[in-house]
Order: sequence, then structure tokens, then C-alpha cells
Amino acid sequence: MHIVVCVKQVPDTKIIKINPKTNTLDRRSAPAILNPYDAHAVQEAVKIKEITGGTISVLSMGPPQATAVIKKSIEIGADRGYLISDRAFAGADTLATSYALSKALEKISNDLHVDIVICGKHAIDGDTGQVGPGIARRMDIPPVTNVIEVTEVNQKEKTVLIKRKLTNGHELIQAELPCLLTVEKEINNIEYSPMPNMIKAARYDPIIWAVSDLENVDRSQLGLKGSPTIVGKMFTPPRPEGGKRLEGTADEQVAQLMEVLMEKKDLLTLQSSK
Amino acid sequence: MNLDDYRGVWVFIEQNDAKIEGVSLELLGAGRKLADKLQVPLAGFLLGCEIKPLATQVISYGADEVYVIDHPVLKNYRTESYMLGVMLLAQKYMPEIILYGATPNGKDLASAVATDLSTGLTADTTMLDVDVDKRLLEASRPAFGGNIMATILCKKHRPQMATVRPKVMKAMEPDSSRFGKIIEEKIDLKEEDMRTKVLQIVNDVTKKVNLADAHVIVCGGKGMGDLQNFQLIYELADTIGASVGGTRDVVEAGWLPHEQQVGQTGETVTPKIYFAIGISGAIQHVVGMKNSEFIIAINKDPNAPIFDVATYGIVGDAMEILPKLIEQFKQLRTEKGGEISYA
Repeated sequence: MHIVVCVKQVPDTKIIKINPKTNTLDRRSAPAILNPYDAHAVQEAVKIKEITGGTISVLSMGPPQATAVIKKSIEIGADRGYLISDRAFAGADTLATSYALSKALEKISNDLHVDIVICGKHAIDGDTGQVGPGIARRMDIPPVTNVIEVTEVNQKEKTVLIKRKLTNGHELIQAELPCLLTVEKEINNIEYSPMPNMIKAARYDPIIWAVSDLENVDRSQLGLKGSPTIVGKMFTPPRPEGGKRLEGTADEQVAQLMEVLMEKKDLLTLQSSK
Repeated sequence: MNLDDYRGVWVFIEQNDAKIEGVSLELLGAGRKLADKLQVPLAGFLLGCEIKPLATQVISYGADEVYVIDHPVLKNYRTESYMLGVMLLAQKYMPEIILYGATPNGKDLASAVATDLSTGLTADTTMLDVDVDKRLLEASRPAFGGNIMATILCKKHRPQMATVRPKVMKAMEPDSSRFGKIIEEKIDLKEEDMRTKVLQIVNDVTKKVNLADAHVIVCGGKGMGDLQNFQLIYELADTIGASVGGTRDVVEAGWLPHEQQVGQTGETVTPKIYFAIGISGAIQHVVGMKNSEFIIAINKDPNAPIFDVATYGIVGDAMEILPKLIEQFKQLRTEKGGEISYA
């Protein structure tokens, strides 16, 4: 069983600041982390491997410092890691990203056949969730998105049973291998990394590929050139005027609020139970 | 690619158990405006098994045309089969814009179709407009964790596609006298070619918190300080029979499960009353709650953006105000001997 997990280095959006003058991200203001959903994807690969055995590879695209998230994935339990890093990849939207990653996956799979690809549901900096299904289409394998449980991996029949989250509930899906899964956070809890993993991660040097290391690449589909979407403009939405402020001491403010709420009979009514 | 070959605004009509999802009706309302500006027809497209009767409903909500593919293999949503259906329609009729609801299935489908059509797709849009001269879809969404909006354009590829958050667009009042055209399309699908099977669909009826349907929501943010103070949010909610929600920060901090997150990556809610307590009002949060009918904000910072969307704002310490507010409601209940309920 060979599982490849796609991971992304993202700025911690909880901390990141926007430069109010230029409306652009101040990337230096936030530490770069392993996308939280991807951490769960690696953890799920570890859980599957505990049962099936095999190899876990992680794959990322980004600048050289993105090797940090590969090392983090090794800590969680991945066996090896690949980073595709090249100026030609820069400025990629989701379509160009899935193209580049699928080319790397092709090379990885030529070396060792890939059975399952796992991605996080989305990355917290882009919040799109479009790259995973895109990779699946390019590899011509079935995608199963929003996975909350991998119920069974049947190596003999080459199938997996999966619980997929829906708007109001979930569905049980059987998919043929190879397939691609995108996982929700609730699929597992990130375990503490055992010491040997941490030592391995500290010493690990990820394999780094440039575009020229990949095969049959159509360069026009990479990076900014290969991206059909562009950011037209960035803006802070016009601030609405806002409503009324309730002034005074805390007691006065509360009294005014109660009055307002009681007046709004269509919103809130006190029904006598007598 | 000759961009002028592509005409028309299309909306994916998502149905489950032959019931149309609310977001699809909302998108017909939004799509109607875009189609009128561009002076082209608005079409809905509908895939499934024995779903043809739904076409008239699609017309009543604003569509001029409905494309229908009815096939047993399309009974349950699956990426592979639905994608083939959409590809067939998109390549034959060449719409310039396709909108999908940003539901699990809508996002899944749109991502697959965009890849195969090699076109642009904007995720989780919350504002839609068109540049009529350039016939460009302007799909805007909160970006970078949600403190700013970005307008995404797809200049050289067609169709231009976007997924749109539920509950941010408005559906039109249905008009059963509207006239429209129903076009049935055949597709050749075989079950044995499908690599996925839907074995079971479980509707979660016991889901305790269904924020999307709640009439009153008490939502707390990081300004509550810690998990212990956050209990005040629960106490107020209990007192008035409301549901509890939280911001992304609060969910990330582990104070609440993800199902209770309000905002761009959580639920979009439209309750009658929304209490925003200790919430600064980042754009990614505001897009998830700004359509609430009556918004009450409590925050220490007089400049917090949450006050811009609030119907009533209280600048003050939630730790001081909340206990007083809870006390008032409790007293009211005792005096009148009743329950607080909502029209």
C-alpha cells in the first residue's frame, strides 16, 4: 500500500496581519505552519498504514522553506517526502496547482505505484478545496471529498469504504483503488509524535524536484501562465453605517436592550404558560 | 477558444431525494440579475433520476430554460457520473457563466468540471456581479483568512465558473405563471463503469445544533477570554432558548466543535436575532451572519467592525453585561411565568 499525502505550507491565518495601507498580506507577521487539515491527512495515512502496512509519501509544492512541512509530516509518521519547487510554479491558481502536483505524482507513481492520495479538505490560506478533486481528475482516479471516516481498506478487492460528510448527515461510499480522498478535521486526532519520528524528521532531507526533473510537462500549464483565474482587485467592503449604540452604564445599556427586545414582539415574545 | 461563442448564464440545480436545495433557488435569483445585465437567457440544469417534474419549479424561480438529464445512474450524486453529465451539457451549449452552490456536492462537482474544461473556478463566492462590456463575471470572496475581499476574474477561458455560499443570495418569489423551455438531453452511462458506489445515505436527524435553522443564536468570540467565561454564552443561550455559535478563533481554540462555527468556513446563518459577543467582526465571520434580521453586538472596542453590521451595539465588557442581561431575562421569565419564544 503506497499512500501519498499532499501537504501545503500556509501562513497561520489566525495571526496574520493585513497592511492597512496596501491591503496586502504581511506574511512576515505570521509563522508558516503545516495546513491543519493536511496534518489530519497525514495522520489518517498513518492510521491506514498501521493496518495495511506499506509506505507513506508526502508531496508539497512551494518555496525551498516549505521543506519544513515535509519534516513536520515525517514527525507525524510519513516515510518520505517530495517538494516540487521552481519559479515556474509561482502564481499558480488551483488549476495550475493540480496540474503541477499531478505531474509529480506521476513520477512518484512510476517509482512505486500509488494506491491512495489523501489531501486536506482545503488550505486555510485559500479556503478553496479545489486542488484535491483537480488532482483526481488529472490522474483519472475517483475523488471522494469531505471524508470523515475511512471505515475499511480492502487490499484484496482493491476497494475502500468511506464515510463522506454531507450538508445534513453523511453517506457511505465504496470506492475502487486507486482513489483520492480529501479529509475533514474530525476524521482523527493528531497523535503525539514518538521520539524516533522526531529524530528522523530532524535529520530528514526531502527530495526536491524542479520542473526539469518532471516528465512530459507542458510549461504553459504551470504557474501564473497556466492559471485561468486572476485576482482583479482586493478591497475592504464598504462599511455599513451601523446601527444604534446603546449608551450609559452597563445597567442602563442592559435596560435599553431589554426594552428594544420586548418592543420587537415579532422577534421575541414572552408566552405565558398559564 | 473564441469567447464570443459562449453565451448564457447557467445554474446547477442540486437536488437530493427529488428536493431542490435552497442554494440552487438562491442562485437562480442571483443568476437572473446577471443574465438580465448581459441580456442572455438564464438556464438551470438538473441531473438525477426521475427528476423531470422539478423543471417547472426551476422555471418558477426565474429560469428561462431548464436542461434535464434523467438517468438511473444519476440517482445519487457521484463526481464521476454527474461530471460527465455537466461536461456533455457545457460542451454542447457553451454557457459563458456556470454557478454552483458551495455545498459539499456542488464544490466537488465544480472542481472536477473546471479541471476537465481547463477553466477558472472561484470558490465560496459571497458577491456576484458582471462587467457588461467585457462580459466578465466578477466573483468576490473573503480572502486570506477573511479580513479582506478579493474579486476573482477569468478573462480568457469559458465558461467562467463559481461556487456560491448558501444563504448569501436571495431567491425570487416563485411565479408559477412564468414561461420557460425544458430541454431533455440523453446520456450514455453504465453502472459498471462507475468506480464509486453510494451504499447508504444517513440523514442526521438527531443533530443537536442546527445553526442554519436556528431562530436565535448567541455567538461568542475570542473576546470572551477563556473557556470558563465562554460558559456565559451558554447561560444566555439556555435562558432564552437559543443556539450557541462561535467564531473561527473559538473553534480553533477548541472551545466549540466545528459544526458550531459561524462564518466563511463554517455555517452561514440567518436567524431572527443574533447576539455577537466578544466578536471583532472579521469579514470571514461577518459574511456568515450579516443577513440576520436583528444583530446585537457587545464588544469592548468601540471601533470593532462588528458594530457596523449590528442593529444595536453595546460598547462594554461582556463579562459585566452578560450576567446582567441573563438576570433580566430570568427575572422576566419568573414574573410572567412563561417561556421565551420566537415568532
